[in-house]
Amino acid sequence: MSALLQIRNLRVAIEGKEILRGVSLDVYAGEVHAIMGPNGSGKSTLAAVLAGREEYEVLEGEVLFDGQNLLEMEPEERARAGLFLAFQYPVEIPGVSMATFLRTALNEVRKARGQEPLDPIQFLSYARERMSWLGMEPDFLQRAVNEGFSGGEKKRGEIFQLLLLEPRLAILDETDSGLDIDALKIVASGVNRMRSPERSFIVITHYQRLLNYIVPDVVHVLFDGRIVRTGGRELALELEERGYDWLRSEGELVLPTLGEQ
Amino acid sequence: MPVQQDEVLQQVTQSEYKYGFVANIEEEIAPVGLNEDIIRFIWERKGEPEWMLEWRLRAYRHWKTMQEPRWAKVVYPPIDYQAISYYAAPKKRHVQSLDEIDPEIRRMFEKLGIPLEEQKLLAGVAVDAVLDSASVATTFKEKLAELGIIFCSMSEAIQKYPELVQKYLGSVVPYTDNFFAALNSAVFSDGSFVYVPPGVRCPMELSTYFRINAARTGQFERTLIIADEGAYVSYLEGCTAPMRDENQLHAAVVELIALDGAEIKYSTVQNWYPGDREGRGGIYNFVTKRGICLGRESKISWTQVETGSAITWKYPSVILKGEGSVGEFYSVAVTNHRQQADTGTKMIHIGRHTRSRIVSKGIAAGHSSNTYRGLVRILRGADYARNYTQCDSLLIGSSCGAHTFPYIEVLNPTAVTEHEAMTSKIGEDMLFYCRQRGISEEDAVALIVNGYCREVLLHLPMEFAVEAQKLLAISLEGSVG
Ligand SMILES: Nc1ncnc2c1ncn2[C@@H]1O[C@H](COP(=O)(O)OP(=O)(O)OP(=O)(O)O)[C@@H](O)[C@H]1O
Ligand SMILES: [Mg+2]
Repeated sequence: MSALLQIRNLRVAIEGKEILRGVSLDVYAGEVHAIMGPNGSGKSTLAAVLAGREEYEVLEGEVLFDGQNLLEMEPEERARAGLFLAFQYPVEIPGVSMATFLRTALNEVRKARGQEPLDPIQFLSYARERMSWLGMEPDFLQRAVNEGFSGGEKKRGEIFQLLLLEPRLAILDETDSGLDIDALKIVASGVNRMRSPERSFIVITHYQRLLNYIVPDVVHVLFDGRIVRTGGRELALELEERGYDWLRSEGELVLPTLGEQ
Repeated sequence: MPVQQDEVLQQVTQSEYKYGFVANIEEEIAPVGLNEDIIRFIWERKGEPEWMLEWRLRAYRHWKTMQEPRWAKVVYPPIDYQAISYYAAPKKRHVQSLDEIDPEIRRMFEKLGIPLEEQKLLAGVAVDAVLDSASVATTFKEKLAELGIIFCSMSEAIQKYPELVQKYLGSVVPYTDNFFAALNSAVFSDGSFVYVPPGVRCPMELSTYFRINAARTGQFERTLIIADEGAYVSYLEGCTAPMRDENQLHAAVVELIALDGAEIKYSTVQNWYPGDREGRGGIYNFVTKRGICLGRESKISWTQVETGSAITWKYPSVILKGEGSVGEFYSVAVTNHRQQADTGTKMIHIGRHTRSRIVSKGIAAGHSSNTYRGLVRILRGADYARNYTQCDSLLIGSSCGAHTFPYIEVLNPTAVTEHEAMTSKIGEDMLFYCRQRGISEEDAVALIVNGYCREVLLHLPMEFAVEAQKLLAISLEGSVG
């Protein structure tokens, strides 16, 4: 069986500067991959390109999602096909309630899956159940999208959306940053609840701590636009002890990814 | 509201102006051009009393001495006032009951979603339908009459309630006020009249639906609403027109009078044909709307959602004369493609402790131009007057323009005015966030715009709010990508 997500030699530039310099990665259904790496190494860029941000220029490479050529799809088509990005910096939309926003989104995704749309009442009970999993306040749905949310509330909101939309691949971009330990546990429990043999995760993080709660199958180190090392969860511990400097010399090496082993 | 927004988005499927059809109705149309004979023609057709002829001719003679205003930030070729027909009315009119209405007219209003049969009406909305120059049907009349409320066409009011009409017509907007008001006074052919007696709360929304149908005609309607002491009325106005290559002139006058403790709420959803993408055709909407809070503690509130017309030139205003009276103006003005809007309000504070509130949301897309122009004038005697103004602009794309001209004149040192203004763009970040959740770009724009206008839309009566949201979405289709 081929991987749910296949990235082949992806090179990406922004404003003429090459940020991703040949990334290859296979993520199989059911796997959780962690991507770590220093600031500016290109982690968010990878997430953004996968989600379809238009200002990035793809110089080379190919990305297949469930066998489809992902790079040719519009962002909303990718979302409807089951690709979800939990944003590092969720955007505020004044005046638009979370309920309106999420019901619109959910019904688009459901339509793509061949399901009937949910009416407001069905949506409410569906959403409330998932809110309770994350211990969220009932007024959450009435608030404007991300407006005036604390950092932690925004992150929790992203995970809530993940629970709601039930994607096939979720990319979490530093969802743990800015969370206190209790919130971190809640977020992790939400993600763990969603783990299934059909669903995959790419978890971008700086901290081994998150990986205690969301235990990854594979850990990658992205360094200067390349994956310089791939290993099991013990790699994350090693990074925590030693930092990234010792990998600098490996920046030039091309390492096999797990999928090819 | 949030729930309805979803519904609205799902219903929006077409990007063309969907009211653009022409109904095949036999109409009587006045000869093209304007002179005293034409005014006599209109006066005769309407069977008006002698004093109305005097009234009209005085306005006409004054109009001839006036220049068309050019100070608004809109551009259009000179209008040939001799090339317009000033009167068009369906031939079969003088109906005794709704059943007698020309089936073709009935079908047309049904197509517009305005059923004229009373039993089919949404509970709580009485409708007056004005087609071209003439009122064709007013519903729920008897029920209102029981409360002493008069809701009828202007023509009928001139016949049946001459004392009220003579007392108030032109009292808020005199024919000398401006070029288009003078023209309207000379040639207006119909419109709606409302009188709510002392202490009566009108139990339903009163609504007039204006429709231009005939070609090469102008529409000049006249609306007069009087709320007597302690009365309350909420009035709605909607309008559409067929798609035509030519520009058609719509120059209405609306006058509101609120006596002691009275409240008038006037809502407009303006959706005249805006012209095509290149700016061909569309209505010139040159309208004078003004209310006066004559009495103490009275209140006038204008809410408008302006999405149509090639050019919009209108400033619904309030003269705050009675002590402690309140004026409000809530506006959403959307321009797309080549549309131009120069709109805003005037709040004239005369009485002590008067308060006004202005919330204006301009949205410009395509190659359009969207101007807010507002005047807050606080006169010497207006002790402790207060004004709050917020005028925001939202830009979609980079070929459109938004401008604000807020004029504030304060002649009383105890008055306080507050002004806030903000210009924003629909950011890539916002759109991308929506799209990443599966929402298409156009739906995302509609969602964001509805959120942006929420504060204004909340002031519309329920049914109109839904309509307005649909309109916002439709009028902005094709504005991105
Ligand atoms: N829109 C942009 N314009 C210019 N440069 C950009 C843009 N987006 C990203 N970059 C640059 O690309 C590089 C990689 O950025 P990216 O955000 O992908 O890093 P990251 O690994 O996510 O870092 P962090 O850990 O700090 O989140 C950085 O040097 C950044 O400045
Ligand atoms: Mg990042």
